[in-house]
Amino acid sequence: MDYPATYKYTKEHEWIELNGKEGKIGITDYAQNSLGDIVFVDLPKVGSSVEKGKVFGSVESVKAVSDLYSPVSGTVTAVNEELTSSPEKINTAAHTAWIMKVEVANAADASDLLSKDAYETYIKEETH
Amino acid sequence: MSTAAPAALRKTALNDTHRRLGAKMVDFGGWDMPVEYSGLIAEHMAVRTAVGVFDVSHMGDIQLRGPNSLAAVQHISMNDASKLKEGQAHYSALLYANGTFVDDVIVHKLSDNDYLLVINAGTREKDVNWVRKSLAGRPGMHVSDYSDYYTQLAIQGPKAVDVMRKLTDSNLDGIKNYWFTWGKVCGLHNTLIARTGYTGEDGFEIYIPSDVPTSERVWNEVLEAGKEFGILPCGLGARNTLRLESAMALYGHEISDEINVFEAGLDRYAKLEKGDFIGRDALEAVRAAGGPKRKLVGLEMTERGIARDGYAVLSPEGKKIGTVASGSPAPFLKKNIALAHLPMEFTAPGTEIAVEIRNQPVKAVVVTTPFYKRQKKQA
Repeated sequence: MDYPATYKYTKEHEWIELNGKEGKIGITDYAQNSLGDIVFVDLPKVGSSVEKGKVFGSVESVKAVSDLYSPVSGTVTAVNEELTSSPEKINTAAHTAWIMKVEVANAADASDLLSKDAYETYIKEETH
Repeated sequence: MSTAAPAALRKTALNDTHRRLGAKMVDFGGWDMPVEYSGLIAEHMAVRTAVGVFDVSHMGDIQLRGPNSLAAVQHISMNDASKLKEGQAHYSALLYANGTFVDDVIVHKLSDNDYLLVINAGTREKDVNWVRKSLAGRPGMHVSDYSDYYTQLAIQGPKAVDVMRKLTDSNLDGIKNYWFTWGKVCGLHNTLIARTGYTGEDGFEIYIPSDVPTSERVWNEVLEAGKEFGILPCGLGARNTLRLESAMALYGHEISDEINVFEAGLDRYAKLEKGDFIGRDALEAVRAAGGPKRKLVGLEMTERGIARDGYAVLSPEGKKIGTVASGSPAPFLKKNIALAHLPMEFTAPGTEIAVEIRNQPVKAVVVTTPFYKRQKKQA
């Protein structure tokens, strides 16, 4: 699958699409492939705070629970309720099945995130 | 994550084959095994609705042979092997003197002088050492570890018999559940064909020579024969969800050296009246004391959440009353289920309890097991 050039990525395999102060966050195709069939998503509460590098929720496959780490600090403005009944959407379209939207507190948070090229290099190394 | 180099994982003869098929591999009890190929849910559903094939060569095989082999089996195995006919197998367990589990086992009577015990992969060496020690000095019998001699394939599902019919001329309708025979399979003479399995479906396990060329050839012939029925190669992920739906025990979870036979709910397989065996006195004492203080039960989540191994089970008041032994989504039943050992007062079906998931109590209810039972075929 294509890794959108407009997204930024983390080493924990989250992606973030930034539009000014709004960040849309999900997990990468690499992550969904490693997890296998996703059966459950634990979404954060709208209005709660998230902190860069800290756990904000989790995604579960049949076999395992995987924590989700926020790429930025801020406030949760929306969560993708569709994932409650159809978590498998993350498997079929990881880069459009967003998990939460965040109002970013500090734009500088995004500066150390990986570009598409850096992320693709990173995952290539991970599989060797 | 540890930076020390891991001890080399053991491999079955089909390791290259699994990798070639693109399997995700995992360390299972020191073995490099496939956890899934095309996807856990697809593999699980294939076994429930069509047919799947598993490489279970990592399991162990102990043979007790000689004129005194029955007495030896009776000493170490809790079920009554004297009731077995030639060609018949049964579920049993090897116990410590305190009535807890060394391992569970399928005992096959090959002949009056020959018994095959199929044991778990993770406990292979422990079991062999324990069997040798427990039978040391016994005349008229000897213990052989044949674990590395066999590649063992499990072909499981409602269409398993259709696949097998293409691979052998043996009369498969003559082999009932938990019986076995010897026949020519894929050109291999005298292959053990057992109607056993760990999925809750009809199925067969075949034991073939463990050299790589033979193993690969037979595996490929099974997949080829199964193509028209929708066969899938299946990994340990699906193996676990299938056995969980059928409420079958896994060592280290439902049974262990800290759980006794009554607590595991397996007392119907312990034939205390057959005579002495290792662990019998301890089980008799539990019975005399009025039974166990806790028992394995099935749980079904009633609120949104997945109970997993090791999660705390709570009373409605929030007190911890047990631990999840095995817990997972059930792909066929489309529910989240679990097995746990709970105090007797919480074991009646319908009892409401909760499971602690990420520090929150999530409601569940005690249910009867097995969670899934296959339809019996019409005669």
